[in-house]
Amino acid sequence: MRIGLDVGSTTIKCVALDDQDQIVFESYERHYSQITQKMAEILERVRTEVVQGDTAEVSVSGSAGMGIAQACHLPFVQEVYATRIATNKRISDADVIIELGGEDAKILFLTGGLEVRMNGSCAGGTGAFIDQMSTLLHITPEEMNQLAAEHEKIYTIASRCGVFAKSDIQPLLNQGARKSDISASIFAAVANQTIAGLAQGREIKGKVVYLGGPLTFLSGLRDSFDTALKIQGIFPDHSLYFVALGAAYSSTETIDLKKAIQEINEYIHEGQFLSIPCLFENEAQYEEFVARHAKAKAKRGDIETYSGKAFLGIDAGSTTVKAVLVGTEGELLHSIYRSNSGNPVPAVKEYITEIYEKYPNVQIAASAVTGYGEELLKNAFSLDFGIVETIAHYTAAKHFLPEVDFIIDIGGQDMKCFKIHNGAIDNIFLNEACSSGCGSFLQTFANTLGYEIPEFAKLGLFAKHPVDLGSRCTVFMNSSVKQAQKDGATTQDISAGLSVSVVKNAIYKVIRAASADELGKNIVVQGGTFLNDAVLRVFEQELKVNVIRPDISGLMGAFGAAMYAMQREKQHPEFQTHLIRLEDLQHFTHEVKVATCGLCNNHCRLTINSFGKERKFIGGNRCEKPISKKKQEPVPNMYDFKLETLLSYRPVAGKRGKLGLPMGLNMYELLPFWHTFFTELGFEVVTSPLSNREMYIKGQHTIPSDTVCFPAKLMHGHICTLIEQGIKHIFYPCMSYNFDEGISDNHYNCPVVAYYPEVISVNVPELEAEQVTFINDYIGIHRKKDFPGKMHKVLSQYFDGISPKEVKNAAQKAYEEHDRYLENIRKKGDEFLTQAEAEGRPIIVLSGRPYHLDPEINHGIDRLITSLGAVVISEDVVSSKVEKPATSVLNQWTYHARLYAAAEYIGTRKNMNLVQLVSFGCGVDAITTDEVRQLLEKNNKIYTQIKIDEITNLGAVRIRLRSLFAALDQ
Amino acid sequence: MAKLIRDEKGRLLFTEEMKEEYTILCPNMVDIHFRLLVNVFRSYGYKAELLTNCGANIAQEGLKYVHNDTCYPALLVIGQFIDALNSGKYDVNKVALLITQTGGGCRASNYIHLLRKALVKAGYENVPVISLNMSGLEKNPGFSLSLPMMRRFIAGLVYGDALMLLDNQVKPYEINKGDSNRMVEKWIETLTEKFKEGKGYSIDQQTEYLKQIAKDFAEIPVNKTPKVKVGIVGEIYVKYAALANNDLEAFLAEQDCEVNVPGILNFMIFKVDNRMEDINLYGGNPMKYQVVKILFNYFCKMQNVLIKAIQTQPCFQAPEPYAHVKSLVKGVIGYGNKMGEGWLLTAEMLELIEAGYENIVCAQPFGCLPNHICGKGMIRKIKEVDDRANIVPIDYDPSATRVNQENRIKLMLAVAKENLVAKQK
Repeated sequence: MRIGLDVGSTTIKCVALDDQDQIVFESYERHYSQITQKMAEILERVRTEVVQGDTAEVSVSGSAGMGIAQACHLPFVQEVYATRIATNKRISDADVIIELGGEDAKILFLTGGLEVRMNGSCAGGTGAFIDQMSTLLHITPEEMNQLAAEHEKIYTIASRCGVFAKSDIQPLLNQGARKSDISASIFAAVANQTIAGLAQGREIKGKVVYLGGPLTFLSGLRDSFDTALKIQGIFPDHSLYFVALGAAYSSTETIDLKKAIQEINEYIHEGQFLSIPCLFENEAQYEEFVARHAKAKAKRGDIETYSGKAFLGIDAGSTTVKAVLVGTEGELLHSIYRSNSGNPVPAVKEYITEIYEKYPNVQIAASAVTGYGEELLKNAFSLDFGIVETIAHYTAAKHFLPEVDFIIDIGGQDMKCFKIHNGAIDNIFLNEACSSGCGSFLQTFANTLGYEIPEFAKLGLFAKHPVDLGSRCTVFMNSSVKQAQKDGATTQDISAGLSVSVVKNAIYKVIRAASADELGKNIVVQGGTFLNDAVLRVFEQELKVNVIRPDISGLMGAFGAAMYAMQREKQHPEFQTHLIRLEDLQHFTHEVKVATCGLCNNHCRLTINSFGKERKFIGGNRCEKPISKKKQEPVPNMYDFKLETLLSYRPVAGKRGKLGLPMGLNMYELLPFWHTFFTELGFEVVTSPLSNREMYIKGQHTIPSDTVCFPAKLMHGHICTLIEQGIKHIFYPCMSYNFDEGISDNHYNCPVVAYYPEVISVNVPELEAEQVTFINDYIGIHRKKDFPGKMHKVLSQYFDGISPKEVKNAAQKAYEEHDRYLENIRKKGDEFLTQAEAEGRPIIVLSGRPYHLDPEINHGIDRLITSLGAVVISEDVVSSKVEKPATSVLNQWTYHARLYAAAEYIGTRKNMNLVQLVSFGCGVDAITTDEVRQLLEKNNKIYTQIKIDEITNLGAVRIRLRSLFAALDQ
Repeated sequence: MAKLIRDEKGRLLFTEEMKEEYTILCPNMVDIHFRLLVNVFRSYGYKAELLTNCGANIAQEGLKYVHNDTCYPALLVIGQFIDALNSGKYDVNKVALLITQTGGGCRASNYIHLLRKALVKAGYENVPVISLNMSGLEKNPGFSLSLPMMRRFIAGLVYGDALMLLDNQVKPYEINKGDSNRMVEKWIETLTEKFKEGKGYSIDQQTEYLKQIAKDFAEIPVNKTPKVKVGIVGEIYVKYAALANNDLEAFLAEQDCEVNVPGILNFMIFKVDNRMEDINLYGGNPMKYQVVKILFNYFCKMQNVLIKAIQTQPCFQAPEPYAHVKSLVKGVIGYGNKMGEGWLLTAEMLELIEAGYENIVCAQPFGCLPNHICGKGMIRKIKEVDDRANIVPIDYDPSATRVNQENRIKLMLAVAKENLVAKQK
């Protein structure tokens, strides 16, 4: 009898084979982290049910089995290796295996050179990810599967990381997109992620086998893989058990089962996990803590007896909807805090109806809404004011602590913190790239371990050895938790550890503070996550300061909105509310349609919400075009101008034939240079078209490093597109150095920009297949004198008959054109600045890299800013207006030097502010962002950073920008 | 008490007075090498001390004071300094920090600035930081890198590379556990004594000692059974520092592998060579070229001494000379690729495969910019050049867990073992 055990991150699979290799036992169970117990239980079952006698050949496999196997002297087989063994036995002609598990994704190429690929530090696109998404949708994965079959359209959802996907899905839900479409989109995202992340340039073809839990249970997921790969994959029997089977097949060592079970049961974890001091030493300490916080209480009124004016405030958060009613003295009359199940509209409708019907003596005099669903609800119910969340929270916090100077709000999926300086919101921190410090993260973990959140959080209060889980992304956290469990951490320890990581993430990752003094002296904490005593305690411990947690901490956004409505109403005695009336509520309807806007290149996916005949709300738009439709005088936008200018460099037919330039990375800056250079030499210079999603996907399978920045990844699509267009010569040079603009100590390109051509050259198989000459030599344009000679040598390797004189002449023209291009930008920029001054518009210097011009990279954030009424210019317009600024870091990259110079200049300008675009994964910006902030803050300017990636949560971007403008207004 | 003097830009200088009074703390990257290098400092009258503090707190301090998206090595080096300053072991008014500065296009050139920022944040703004560089980047009145001193450093590196190489080749096969390790310790002690006497630096003495070292290691009784041979390449700090790579070498030893970690000398030669390549590629001052060439030749000569010494014992596999390693990447990646480990990283993988270490761990900090290109970006091409290649890229950062890393390495090892069995048949 041979037994194979597959101990995975969430489940244990066991298989027993008889002497004829027939499967005589099979079991698949979730272990809820009770790994040893479950393992012993299953082995005991096998022993008594199928094994005749006390010994059998046993092997253990699976990511969570490694440590136990070692400690209990059981043979261990690496799981991918086990899969291969099983496949060789059962489907010997298979070419490729795709296996998804709880937290891992694997592709095995069996034929044509064995290769095994596993997901790295990122668990996006795995079973855990699908579970997380189903929690978000409030349905089971099985229901997702059923719904997906009925889908009509696929949305683009980032699956690289559950966090990003959430940020994509939440707005879709809030805008009313259908769950069936979202479910199918999630599956499609998983398929894309697996292929992009793991195939890395190898084509998946031939006989493809699907294995593992998610692919076994979810037919819709298999369909998505079929669609993405354009194949019909095989779904074998026992697809759940291949790892266990492989372990069983490779079992050779005879094990005394009774002894093994005993050892597993006795496996005392070494308790090596890192632990931190416990939250409370004893009950008394906890009681003192509870008593102190009980003092921060909002004044209450009795709605049953109240009559007269009242003010309604609604906060439509990412996962919940909160509403409050306050009286004229600011007393809290009534409130709700409800999960919104993905759509806040029914909950609010019910609430307003209830108030109207049950309390006819209460007269709602004004209403305001804030949060993710602000616009949707404002339109649906004709609410009077829509305010940005930061303002709502500040308004509420002031009520409890008038001298408040720091507010931190941790909600379900977002975290907001801001400093208050001289009564104005001064510095805003939002979590954009990461939600590991938020409530939904705690909730997901609680659910995985089989608890409800309040119960789970309480467990941590008296944990003896809280686990130190670090402070990064959920994905990493999953494996940290797994490791801690392996090392014997209890659920209590993990609960406390998660609370600690929420707080650490907030302090050190989002706010990036080194000590409490930096935050402020009067701190108000709020948001649903702080209702959790463990989180609150850790926060105080970490900052070594007592903070105020209002007893309505979860309602603060709504309370602030209500207070705001009250203040506005009091300021304007004539004010009449527009709030929807009871009779209209009775006929209230809400329909959702989806459409794609075709008015510009961004192709926003619009969700059109209709509320009866008159009222309509369109969501998902980046600019005002689909809403206003009427032609407006455009607000000056340097990004538009630069892009147009670049697009004007058209191909000119020439005697030397076509030469392709990929429009990505530094080509966005150097196109005028290279276009002129090669056109002068008689080449017809063809550029790849503007980026779009399809183009990205076209090149996705050739990306070797999935953690490189998105602009670099896009380059693959550009090259593939040029090849498809039949271009046989592509020029994309390596460049360590860039132009020296005299504002830095050195003038490097960043390593990725400098050397990405090397990656392209050896990872895009189409280059060779289509016999393309790919010119990626190292070229130094920074040495103007040496350039023609060196360049002539380079070109002579590929083309005959280009004379040094021709090159020299072309080079001169190219340098001139480059200067002219930059001059042109500065001149136009100055015009925009003058116009802004004349029209009294604020100016935003949208700073980043030249390639942030690409609409697929900037996601139309430039337009979002102009739609808010501000003029957008780029950093190169102003960077030449100052001397080299004194920086506390080495100022050695040409593009980054512009950021510092721009920041320095902006400090001296009144109506000018800086917003920095940062591509996710940009290592260099880890340095520039802090420095730019420092340069701005030196002159009391607000620093705003927006992280962008393949997909970007524009909802969060909007909040950030609106808060910035609100702060500037104050 | 030494006076605190700042230059016109506000940088705190390391003064001559400080040289007398201050202890200079040095980060530890490769244990063997750095213990020898610290001796060189001491021989010039500096009170240098190598940091040995480790543990989880180091990464935590790093996270506290450095931008969290900064590379892991910066986080650790800075975390280690702050942890040391906080430890109470040193008089923080009489301590200076030493850090290398490369000046290349990689983020690493900024470590020193990030360190200073962190010191200010942590309240140690009066602790001077000394830049150790060959580009004349920052000068200090109390610290200078003279030519004789540089020669001694180079000697330290040569000895370090030799000891590391021999230890790696003997340790897995030694019959009496610990023999090889004891030999390393013995020689570090011996060399330390020699250095104190001013000996061991000349080419003749180096030749003599290196031969003696090789002989000593060759005499350790071994049992040569076939083992899986694994090479380690990667970002320089993560490649060498156990603190950063979760003690990768020890893990591989536990898995019964022979490990090969290519030495530091090639990296140094590479950095010198880059200056000549720049001039080749883009043009530049021929005089400067000649000066750099002298240094380049000196390094190559020293490498040759090392290779020759190892070759006196046929049981050992000597490293290939720089020129050969460089020739391996021709047609794979350009010589202009110089940021971080640049083309050398790719070349080391090819060198390892050629030497029979076709199983490779390519270690890098999460999001390491140059290694997107010369590490992960080149794996496909390397396999095309030599299909024996069995490479696993591993990312390291404060939150990456050992379980995941080890699991992935085990997968690579499973394939390696299979290949080993096939080879034996």
